[in-house]
Amino acid sequence: MTREIAIRINSVSHRFGETDDARGVRALRDASLEIMRGELVCLIGPSGCGKSTLLSIMGGLMTPTAGDVEVLGRRVVAPMPREIAFVFQENALFPWNTVIENVNLGMVFQGVPRAERETRASRALEAVGLTDFAQHYPAQLSGGMRQRAALARALSLETGMLLMDEPFGALDEQTRMILGEDLSVLLSRTDKTIVFVTHSLGEATFLADRVAVFSARPGSIKELIAIDEPHPRKPEFVTSAKFTAIRNRLYALLHEEIRKTMAETEAPARPDSFKREAHR
Amino acid sequence: MNASTERRQRLASRGVQAAFLIVLIALWYVATTRWRVSPLLLPNPVPVLSDFWEVLTTGEFIDDLRVTLSELAAAFVIAACGGLIVGYLVSRSHYRIRVFEPLFAAVYSVPIILFLPLYVLFFGLGPASKIALGASISFFPIALSTIAGFGYVERMLVIAARSMGASDYQLFRYVLVPAALPIILTGMRIGFTVALLSIIGSETIASLAGLGHRIVHLAEAMEMTRMFAYIIFVVAIAAILNALVSALEARVRRAR
Repeated sequence: MTREIAIRINSVSHRFGETDDARGVRALRDASLEIMRGELVCLIGPSGCGKSTLLSIMGGLMTPTAGDVEVLGRRVVAPMPREIAFVFQENALFPWNTVIENVNLGMVFQGVPRAERETRASRALEAVGLTDFAQHYPAQLSGGMRQRAALARALSLETGMLLMDEPFGALDEQTRMILGEDLSVLLSRTDKTIVFVTHSLGEATFLADRVAVFSARPGSIKELIAIDEPHPRKPEFVTSAKFTAIRNRLYALLHEEIRKTMAETEAPARPDSFKREAHR
Repeated sequence: MNASTERRQRLASRGVQAAFLIVLIALWYVATTRWRVSPLLLPNPVPVLSDFWEVLTTGEFIDDLRVTLSELAAAFVIAACGGLIVGYLVSRSHYRIRVFEPLFAAVYSVPIILFLPLYVLFFGLGPASKIALGASISFFPIALSTIAGFGYVERMLVIAARSMGASDYQLFRYVLVPAALPIILTGMRIGFTVALLSIIGSETIASLAGLGHRIVHLAEAMEMTRMFAYIIFVVAIAAILNALVSALEARVRRAR
């Protein structure tokens, strides 16, 4: 694997609302990270820590208040549809289009010729196991299948990078596990660079080459943890001592930050005695 | 099994609807023969139906129908163009939505037919005043539904399209229009209906020709039987137009 830098995040800070607005929220503070080509990096952290915001900034969907992001050495100022494809949490499929039409439309936007669209679309649907559901509408599919379709749409764009914003966040634990395994298999066959935002420690441990743990809001990257395990990862990996050790490490790192977030958002509503109890 | 149950249920509800109409006509008949309701108020349905048949076969309705339908067509085209353009322009900014949506909704709830005398003063007794009134009344539901359709497109879909490199035109053609279309079509159907109602209504109040004018003319001449025949004719025309518009709406909805 080449060790070329695909995405470089240079001390990005972001604030929602104007600087003089008391209700403004500082979402990110001085986040820096280098992501190598072909690597899968998971962003994990307490809710509201700005990990999804950072993903949007990386994809050019948002402009940061300070700092910048470079993709393949070029500064990101707008979406880069030829380099970067997104998979969102849910409801990003066009409900009036069938699965195959949804997959096609992304390529239509990029001016891919019809004949090539067809081969790419059927390849992408096959990769996610939805060939038999090409003519279904999103509403006719389960949540897991809809996310597979969204993944197929992203794959069909044949970008070098894939940004996934809690793609399995709305799914149940079992579906999430299976999709995670399938994703690992799928990714071992390509050399895509992937950034994956998740809440799930297990998902991060199972999928990532490196996990970036965020601090509480305003988020910055607190720690980077490498997971040295080849893809595709086997279901047995989940029950191994190594998996448990990494997961526990992440849990310990995250636990502290989640406590901080909770203390900040819930403290005023709590009686004093309870708060003292919690901090002991 | 499932499909046949569904068909049976549909047939059953059609049957109830037909029975309702038959009962209504039977009551009408009994009222005029047994209950001695004056034929000046309610003529017997048998001569009414034979008059209706005569109106149809002689084609005497043609001139009035042409006037009313051309007024309707002109009013609807004006209202649809105006409503779509204004609605789209308003929907492009949150500020404009905040200003104009409540304003249009407020004006929509005013009975604009109150201004008919003013319209007649401005545009005369002929078709122009009917067209202007029908267009003003049907503009509002079309503009309001266009604002609602384009103004509240799921943000996620726009972000997804942009992230895949959609141009402004592609965003409009493949995301905004299909997302807004069902709501806009409903608004256009409502706009069509209120245009028809207000045009026939204003013809009965002040006009030189048209189906509404004909009905009032017959009432003033005490030709109740023929007047009822014309009322049935107008009801039939309204039903046919409504069915046509609904069929068209369903077709466009499928084709988006």
